[in-house]
Amino acid sequence: MSQDHDHHHHDHDHSELSETELRVRALETILTEKGYVEPAALDAIIQAYETKIGPHNGARVVAKAWTDPAFKQALLEDGSKAISTLGHVSRVGDHLVVVENTPERHNMVVCTLCSCYPWEMLGLPPVWYKAAPYRSRAVKDPRGVLADFDVSLPKDMEIRVWDSTAETRFLVLPMRPEGTEGWSEEQLAGLVTRDSMIGTGFPRTPGAPS
Amino acid sequence: MNGVHDMGGMDGFGKVEPEPNEPMFHEEWESRVLAMVRAMGAAGAFNIDTSRFYRETLPPHVYLSSSYYKKWFLGLEELLIEKGYLTREEVAAGHAMQAPKALKHGKFDLANVERIMVRGKFARPAPAPAKFNIGDRVRAKNIHPATHTRLPRYVRGHVGVVELNHGCHVFPDSAAMERGENPQWLYTVVFEGRDLWGEDGDPTLKVSIDAFEPYLDPA
Repeated sequence: MSQDHDHHHHDHDHSELSETELRVRALETILTEKGYVEPAALDAIIQAYETKIGPHNGARVVAKAWTDPAFKQALLEDGSKAISTLGHVSRVGDHLVVVENTPERHNMVVCTLCSCYPWEMLGLPPVWYKAAPYRSRAVKDPRGVLADFDVSLPKDMEIRVWDSTAETRFLVLPMRPEGTEGWSEEQLAGLVTRDSMIGTGFPRTPGAPS
Repeated sequence: MNGVHDMGGMDGFGKVEPEPNEPMFHEEWESRVLAMVRAMGAAGAFNIDTSRFYRETLPPHVYLSSSYYKKWFLGLEELLIEKGYLTREEVAAGHAMQAPKALKHGKFDLANVERIMVRGKFARPAPAPAKFNIGDRVRAKNIHPATHTRLPRYVRGHVGVVELNHGCHVFPDSAAMERGENPQWLYTVVFEGRDLWGEDGDPTLKVSIDAFEPYLDPA
């Protein structure tokens, strides 16, 4: 971790941060003393988030859709049901809607009201997804938002923004990169980025650095 | 409520700043907050809608100046106090001083961890037939409830088209206020960007929300 990187995250008020830390610890102490929670169970929750969920789950789903037309069709018809057949990435829960990017249409997902996001497919959302700049602008000026990601779309391409205002969750199925004919699912999964499944990026192209 | 959390279409927040190789948590305490929220929710202290409402009711300057997990922490602490699971004296002392309040699903222990790693189910049997069909034109109601709602301000009064029907779901406006699940039909409704943002809006833009039936009138 570079000094620049460190500095970027710690240029807040240090006393405010440590006060928050103390308050969080105090709350956990009270919840534990009152018998509401077991600290080891909190540890286990954190460990599960750190190890079991993440964009690798979504990437496997996307790669399978790129190689298996029947799965792709089932996925677009009922995301939750199709993914429930996949074993290790099957714990997606209900109400997952998969939306397909095409040469005519680009999809992008936001939650303007809070931070709704397909955790089981993509992991916990990044800070920018939960922060005001993205939540405010994605529905009004999505091309401006995409420019912040160095992404641009053809001028005439339809852009569809899905505001996750209920317990439905949305996953973007990006277009398969050119030059990947004959690639295995595993190879293809390596090209699928988190942002390509939110709609703020594209999959990597063959030969590009990962 | 017309709070600052309802951010769609607001200006002035600046550029989106993606962070390369972002860690899952920037501070260790953030992970404890996430775990406590999940644990106390699963133990039955509150539902997801109530927890959202407590974040929305943070004072606007606090909401806007707090990091994400700080908002989660502040909302959680206030919620647990107001629902009687702890007292302000206990929070000030940093220790339990009163007998606990019974949790609907009991203590959150290790045996409960597995079940919270799958998303909860929000679909419910339909109490009545759906009023709208796919393809119907609908107008988002011009409503301004002072309590929790999932109808963002930027679509209110505008006409869109029903694109998907997700079945009947728990109605957040009721559940957040602990007035029962009151299941309602849920639709994806799509709006033209220029209908929302005027003639200067992006002509290639369409925006959809997921709208509960009580948010909609026929158009």
